[in-house]
Amino acid sequence: MASPSIRLGVDIGGTFTDVVLESGDDRYSTKVLTTYAAPENAIIDGMHQVCTKAGIAAADIGQIIHGTTLATNALIERRGAKTALITTEGFRDVIEMRTESRFEQYDLNLQLPAPLLPRQMRFTVPGRMDATGAELVPLTRTDIEPVVDTIARAGFESVAVGLIHSYLNDAHERLVRDVLRDRMPNVMISLSSEVSPQMREYERFNTVVANAYIKPLMKSYLDRLRGRLHDEDVRCPVFLMHSGGGIISIESAAEFPVRLVESGPAGGAVFAAHIAARYGLDKVLSFDMGGTTAKICLIRDQTPKTSRVFEVARTYRFKKGSGMPISIPVIDMVEIGAGGGSLGSVDAMRQIRVGPESAGSEPGPACYGRGGIRPAVTDADLVLGKLDPDNFAGGTIPLDPAASETALTNEIGDTLEMDATTAAFGLAEVVDENMANAARVHAVENGEDLGGYTMIAFGGAAPLHAGRLCEKLGVNRLLVPPGAGVGSAIGFLRAPFSFEANRSVYMTLAGFDPARIVTLLTELREEAQGFVRTCAPDAPILSEFKVYMRYKGQGWEIPIILTEAQAMAPDAVVFDRLFNEDYTRLFGRPVAGLDVEITVWSVNATTEPDSVAQVREAAPGAPATSHTSRSLFDPARQEFAEAQVVLRNRMKTGQTVNGPAALTEDETTIILPTSRRAIRQPDGCIDITAKD
Amino acid sequence: MAQHSNVAYQVMWNRLISVVEEQAQALVRTAFSTSVREAGDLSAGVYDAQGRMLAQAVTGTPGHVNAMADAVPHFIRRIGRDNIREGDVYLTNDPWEGTGHLHDFTMVTPSFHNGALVGFFACTAHVVDVGGRGFGADGNSVYEEGIHIPIMRFVDAGTVDATLIAILRGNVREPDQLIGDLYALATCNEIGHRRLIDMMREFTLDDLGGISGFILENSRRATLERIAALPRGSANGEMTVDGFAAPITLRVKLTIEETRILSDFSGSSGLDPKGINCPLVYTKAYACYALKCAIAPEIPNNAASLAPFEIAAEENTIVHALHPAPVALRHIVGHFVPDTVYAALDQLLPDLVPAEGAGCLCNFQMSLRPTAHAAEGARRVEVLTFNSGGSGARPTVDGLNATAFPSGVMTMPVEATEHAGPVIIWRKELRAGSGGTGKQRGGLGQYMEVGARSGYEFDLSAMFDRVNHPARGRRGGGAGAPTTIALDDGTPMKGKGRQRVPAERRVLMAFPGGAGYGSASEREQQEIKRDLARGYITAQSAAQDYGLNAADIADVQRAIRAGEDI
Repeated sequence: MASPSIRLGVDIGGTFTDVVLESGDDRYSTKVLTTYAAPENAIIDGMHQVCTKAGIAAADIGQIIHGTTLATNALIERRGAKTALITTEGFRDVIEMRTESRFEQYDLNLQLPAPLLPRQMRFTVPGRMDATGAELVPLTRTDIEPVVDTIARAGFESVAVGLIHSYLNDAHERLVRDVLRDRMPNVMISLSSEVSPQMREYERFNTVVANAYIKPLMKSYLDRLRGRLHDEDVRCPVFLMHSGGGIISIESAAEFPVRLVESGPAGGAVFAAHIAARYGLDKVLSFDMGGTTAKICLIRDQTPKTSRVFEVARTYRFKKGSGMPISIPVIDMVEIGAGGGSLGSVDAMRQIRVGPESAGSEPGPACYGRGGIRPAVTDADLVLGKLDPDNFAGGTIPLDPAASETALTNEIGDTLEMDATTAAFGLAEVVDENMANAARVHAVENGEDLGGYTMIAFGGAAPLHAGRLCEKLGVNRLLVPPGAGVGSAIGFLRAPFSFEANRSVYMTLAGFDPARIVTLLTELREEAQGFVRTCAPDAPILSEFKVYMRYKGQGWEIPIILTEAQAMAPDAVVFDRLFNEDYTRLFGRPVAGLDVEITVWSVNATTEPDSVAQVREAAPGAPATSHTSRSLFDPARQEFAEAQVVLRNRMKTGQTVNGPAALTEDETTIILPTSRRAIRQPDGCIDITAKD
Repeated sequence: MAQHSNVAYQVMWNRLISVVEEQAQALVRTAFSTSVREAGDLSAGVYDAQGRMLAQAVTGTPGHVNAMADAVPHFIRRIGRDNIREGDVYLTNDPWEGTGHLHDFTMVTPSFHNGALVGFFACTAHVVDVGGRGFGADGNSVYEEGIHIPIMRFVDAGTVDATLIAILRGNVREPDQLIGDLYALATCNEIGHRRLIDMMREFTLDDLGGISGFILENSRRATLERIAALPRGSANGEMTVDGFAAPITLRVKLTIEETRILSDFSGSSGLDPKGINCPLVYTKAYACYALKCAIAPEIPNNAASLAPFEIAAEENTIVHALHPAPVALRHIVGHFVPDTVYAALDQLLPDLVPAEGAGCLCNFQMSLRPTAHAAEGARRVEVLTFNSGGSGARPTVDGLNATAFPSGVMTMPVEATEHAGPVIIWRKELRAGSGGTGKQRGGLGQYMEVGARSGYEFDLSAMFDRVNHPARGRRGGGAGAPTTIALDDGTPMKGKGRQRVPAERRVLMAFPGGAGYGSASEREQQEIKRDLARGYITAQSAAQDYGLNAADIADVQRAIRAGEDI
């Protein structure tokens, strides 16, 4: 019998499918290899494993929350459906011409990523809206029918519709849909005015094309998953994690699959936000470092920062501009090519460079002894004493420090006249600095100073580097939660039902129209709440109002949060004050004498988050016992020091450890620099603070 | 003062590169002109106390590369080192001490730490209007091209100069945009400064002497190693383009020596009577950019890495215009400098550089004014757009379709442009058949069709070249298609200059394609079929230029009908 207190979180990642089962206060988790051909198989397999651990039947599960990289991978690997685009006459090549620029200016042989749809799959119709949403040139069924018939004859399975200025007036897009439905009843249709009603045609068209491209695949997968679960007697509702950090119904997910892109990392941010709530922390930096990349996200007031556009499938060293833009509500994260497997080298300026090239798992870092001869971050970590060669991955992979030293000497030390230790120190410092720079830039872009922030670190490599990162960023407190290896899947179980509706409508404060604003925001609230209500018909729904504002004439907006009262009784003076305060905080000084403009309106409807039990923080107690010690390099002091080694799972609540120390567990090791001390909190978090 | 290890300096260098990138991003986010905020026509850099550039943001455009490196010493000299005070911000739009034309404003902010001058931040942005005749080629001297602000204070010890602001406001067509952009420039330097001071505190630096030496020495050595590895020798390159009054020939003698590369532009055409002349600083920027792309692409720009690239030219020629020559569209000549340099470099280092491309950006500015039927409150508006033709084919890969080279700017979204003014862009798409034929095909140019919203008429200031001189192929490759421009009623228009467009008329433009590389007969069958399927080439061209047989053409046409990719 399904029980509402038994919930399953499933995260399909590139290598592993993580499955977490929560039953009351108990949690069981497992990792199974992702089964690419039929991803649902890994889910069923993992589900049975955790059910066995928990001693329950699969039929007892009351709710499944699912996130997946399948949508992202389909875009990266170009494994989508046979898709056509219908666009405005004169604009057939928008998704191919991109920004007409080169994202890497010094590469003479640069290749730009191919558009998702080649030119022969892009069709045009007449009709034109202007920048006020008025119809310049009409569009009739007779104009559309021959185009649709051509598309039908070619056997396209999915059609994207993206017309100029449709975010202001969607009448023509809807007419195209009507004709498509009449003449191609089985085709899947995506409209840009529904998928991403935002200004800037390249981003909007690319987003609707991406949605159409993965729609048949995702719908088929979700149908199969539902069927398999049914076969296993699992009849509970299944929900999907979306990129904005909330969950939506399986039907909404099938309609807007592009919103599933980046759902895994979004789960990680929600996981960190939940820990922030347990500790009552309003300013948190989440830091997730794995084998190939590191992701950093700001979490204010226990809510991850969100954005309206991001880039997937970067093809060139994670470089900005080398992927494709997707404009949907998304948790705002920076991802850089820095992980345990990232390789170090010396460039022409005798500078140490790290990543984004990664050793992967084969051959892996030099110390794995599988043929890797170039030094990876893991090799530097080993030489610096951060890893125990005999107890890596629970002792399953013996590490060879001599191989690390050889690789470091050959690739870095010989060129820079450094010994292996200094080369390792240099490599680790550069990767830590790269991550610190990414965090700093991200903070400054959001007008934040990291000084008062707490870092929450998870992912296999994060605890090895988080302590040093905190030193570099001037962050005084670091939390390393338990279960960090399956953080995203746990995060899914903490996410509220939510949906964000956006629309571009231009209004200056000089032309402020309160009645129109109330109508607009009410419509957006209805739209957003509609999605949430399909998931949670009876739950109270909260609405968060946000407008994007700028000085008229600027191109980039800053998000301004409105209270419900400010949104429903709009006052230009209040809008102006809120904007000027934020602008000054971000950029130092307001610009005198210019009109202010609102460009995008946004309502995020969300169920109330479950009340979070606050952790009763432990007072520092006795030191944890340590039976061994090892030599650990301290980067701030630039010397080795003898560090105690503590088994994390032997630490009791309130026990403390003073740096330098290594807190070990099967999956990873927490490195405590000399400047830090740690205390175990009642929920199992290791709470690390600066000594003074 | 603390001693710093090699590792610490490595970290600091990384940090400075991150600081200038952030400085540039702040400019993009706060700027008003579409040229800056959408197109990225800007640059940003950090300098030591002597005015030597230590790092430059990769965001931005190559045209500012050397100009930025040279600008700060001009500011130090003009302001006087002893008059530089904390809280000051300086600016100029001097073409010869800034970045080559009045439309670029350069702002310099001294950085003080513990009361001592430790360095400078500088940034440059292209603004939409500086008064005068408006942005275009029509000026007969720099005096007609707009207001000139010699190096002076914008902020004096914390106070913005209200007199300067009033003068500027009174002299330009879009005063709000210009003043907004100047604030944005000041803001971006301020953000760089704050981050620099954070870094100096973290590493307990009193000055930038140590890190400056580390950066410059490593950069200099790396650049010299690259040059030393090249074959020594000289070669000549030459290219003729439309110009304005008469065709222009650019000539260069490129000499690779052990420790430097000299680009000598002697023998290039004399000054043009109209505003397409290029100050030497801008010629140098693009010569240097072209060489760096080919020889040392990964070495970042700074005073030392740029120094071994030397330039010579005769005074008062098209590549070395002196005051008061008109220079508003100096980018046209500047953007052709790389193709000229590559004509010479190809002889010294074969199989490295591309065939000729569209070269200069395909920009135009529309000056719109309300007609008698205009709505109440309608006003004059200036709208500038940046667009690109095709780039030249490379030795092993095709040219890029409608992508800027050598310029680094982006186009503006059509929807953003239509919000910026009463403009309708009716068409902006690839120009089939415009890429030069070859083993590697030249990049396609693009079509554009523009008009005004009802109630407005406009002048179009054209800034196009390659009407009569299309891009030339390399090693047997075909030429790219030339530029064309006309009204929609067939009336021809000129490639350059301000031209009135009657009400209700549209302007039809076709921007040039890049040239091909190698003989078309050597092109892979599969690539020819792919190009045909995508409509990059016509069936006629596939048959005549590439020798594709009728059966293959029919097969491609069947694939198109079946919605298949090739």
